[in-house]
Amino acid sequence: MDGARDRAGAGPGDRAGAGPGDRAGTPRQGVPRRPRLRRTPVGSRWAPYVLVAPFFLFFGAFGVFPLAATAWTSLHRVELTAPAEPEWVGLHNYARLLDDAFFWNALANTVVIGVLSTVPQLLLALGVAHLLDVRLRGRGFFRVVALAPYATSVAAATLVFALFYGRDHGMANWALGVVGLAPVDWQNGPWASKLAVSSIVVWRWTGYNALIYLAAMQTIPRELYEAAALDGASRWRQFLHVTLPGLRPALAFTVLVSTIGATQLFGEPLLFGSGAGASGGADHQFQTLGLYLYEQGWVNLHLGRAAAIAWAMLLILVVLFGAVRLLRGGLARRPGRAS
Amino acid sequence: MGDAPHPGRAVRSRTAPARRSRTAPGAGLVRTERAGWGTYALLALFTAVSLFPLLWTAVAASRTSTRLAATPPPFRFGRNLPGNLASAWTDARLGEALANTALVAGTVAAGTVLFSTLAGFAFAKLRFRFRGTLLLLVAGTMLIPPQLGVVPLYLLIARLRWTDELQAVILPSLVSAFGVFFMVQHLRRALPAEVLEAARMDGAGTLRTVWHVVLPAARPAMAVLGMLSFVAAWNDFFWPVLALTQTGNPTVQVALTGLGRGTVPDQSVVMAGALLGTLPLLVVLALFGRHIVGGVMRGAVKG
Repeated sequence: MDGARDRAGAGPGDRAGAGPGDRAGTPRQGVPRRPRLRRTPVGSRWAPYVLVAPFFLFFGAFGVFPLAATAWTSLHRVELTAPAEPEWVGLHNYARLLDDAFFWNALANTVVIGVLSTVPQLLLALGVAHLLDVRLRGRGFFRVVALAPYATSVAAATLVFALFYGRDHGMANWALGVVGLAPVDWQNGPWASKLAVSSIVVWRWTGYNALIYLAAMQTIPRELYEAAALDGASRWRQFLHVTLPGLRPALAFTVLVSTIGATQLFGEPLLFGSGAGASGGADHQFQTLGLYLYEQGWVNLHLGRAAAIAWAMLLILVVLFGAVRLLRGGLARRPGRAS
Repeated sequence: MGDAPHPGRAVRSRTAPARRSRTAPGAGLVRTERAGWGTYALLALFTAVSLFPLLWTAVAASRTSTRLAATPPPFRFGRNLPGNLASAWTDARLGEALANTALVAGTVAAGTVLFSTLAGFAFAKLRFRFRGTLLLLVAGTMLIPPQLGVVPLYLLIARLRWTDELQAVILPSLVSAFGVFFMVQHLRRALPAEVLEAARMDGAGTLRTVWHVVLPAARPAMAVLGMLSFVAAWNDFFWPVLALTQTGNPTVQVALTGLGRGTVPDQSVVMAGALLGTLPLLVVLALFGRHIVGGVMRGAVKG
């Protein structure tokens, strides 16, 4: 390929040893005309920019700009009643958060509900995927069924579950009564309510994650299972030593996505406490950070404070993923199985 | 390292046993082990748990709220379904909301597909300055919570006087970083360099190449992305609830939020609303189920 030669000759000399993966960088100067044309098979030199322009136009206006502007807003007092008159307050909004019992309560609730929903959801999904990963009659049917809860909106799902979990006549308590257990106050119990909210998340996302795992399972070479079986590995050991290692990228993906989802939890707690709305229950027992942001910004009309909460949420995610990376780095350095 | 499975293709051709394998995406790769009755039993349980809340929504929507507030809860259909649906349709403005949502989801899906295909093609097949940086920027923003942008976004649409207008929820969703990524992944494979080269030899400009070569090659992925975006836009909750109100131009989700907050205190009507808001998507799922399943499976592994 002459691309490598061009780059070595014309480029500024960084990493000139053109490996297979460095197609991304373009030489900056002095590139002969012909090869450049050959490498861009379509028309003009501006064509690529024209093609990506619409995306970046909208992306800039409604994606990147608000992102940056949130930082600015969080340093001001901005009231929803007079959004055009921001008043500079420096870090006041952040300082207030640290002092705010409701913020810490919302943070704790977000973590608890996040764990209660993410962990069972992913474990169940793993099991369902394993069930689906064999020769099966009606395979297509089961896969579509797995997506039905995902196609149900947060609002519809939460309204139904709220009725299920009604204290006096809800189906959950009726079922408990049938087996002789005492009814549970699913809306006001500090733990029961978190469990109930989590169950909505688990219901909606288990099938979706199962399909992701299933797709990843199907890329695992079948020879590995045959070899393991020949070595006398039981199904359980095959699952541990063949399936799980092969799922590593998919596991990482789902953990990432559902963790991000958990920090943003909003619709379920908003609608679960019918009537209570943004406070997340009479005692704020299931008010999440997302809901608290909404309450501060759109119920109490303090947009500056809401922006500060948004930044706190990002910060929490960054710290969380930083910690995970560190942890994984530590684990990776230990001599592990070369699977 | 090294634990990444081999790319499936070689494996596929070697394993691919059964004739039935054509029936589903990736079917040739299913473990040849046959499912036992235990597997079917567990899957039946999973099916029941997945579908029961949906079925029961219909049951509850066919009753009266007095019946719903009695023990034991109803398990069989009653006779009030048409009446409750009618109440939800007019009193809770579900009819209008459904029309709004169809418009929003349709536009969002179309825009996402178009813009993602164009940008995806450029990123996948064209060389240009800052390509790597821009693609990294797109990927990076996929990880940032949407909450981070809503306050200024709200100030923006308030200044434009777009609160309660549908463009307030359409425009911000018209492009998607995931969509671009999805298309990049697909087009990298689906568009061999020789084809583009040939188009160029024939003197085709950018526009003609996109129209005659890129779009046909992208069609299957465009269909999948379109359906996924439609479902996502239909169910979008956080931003529509901020930007729209029930009294203005609600989407279904906004209207349901109003129902949940007790604007219509009758629980059976609330359930009828939930049913109406869900039914269109369930129909889409029933019709295009296999493709949506394929899209979720593909998009997730490669995205």
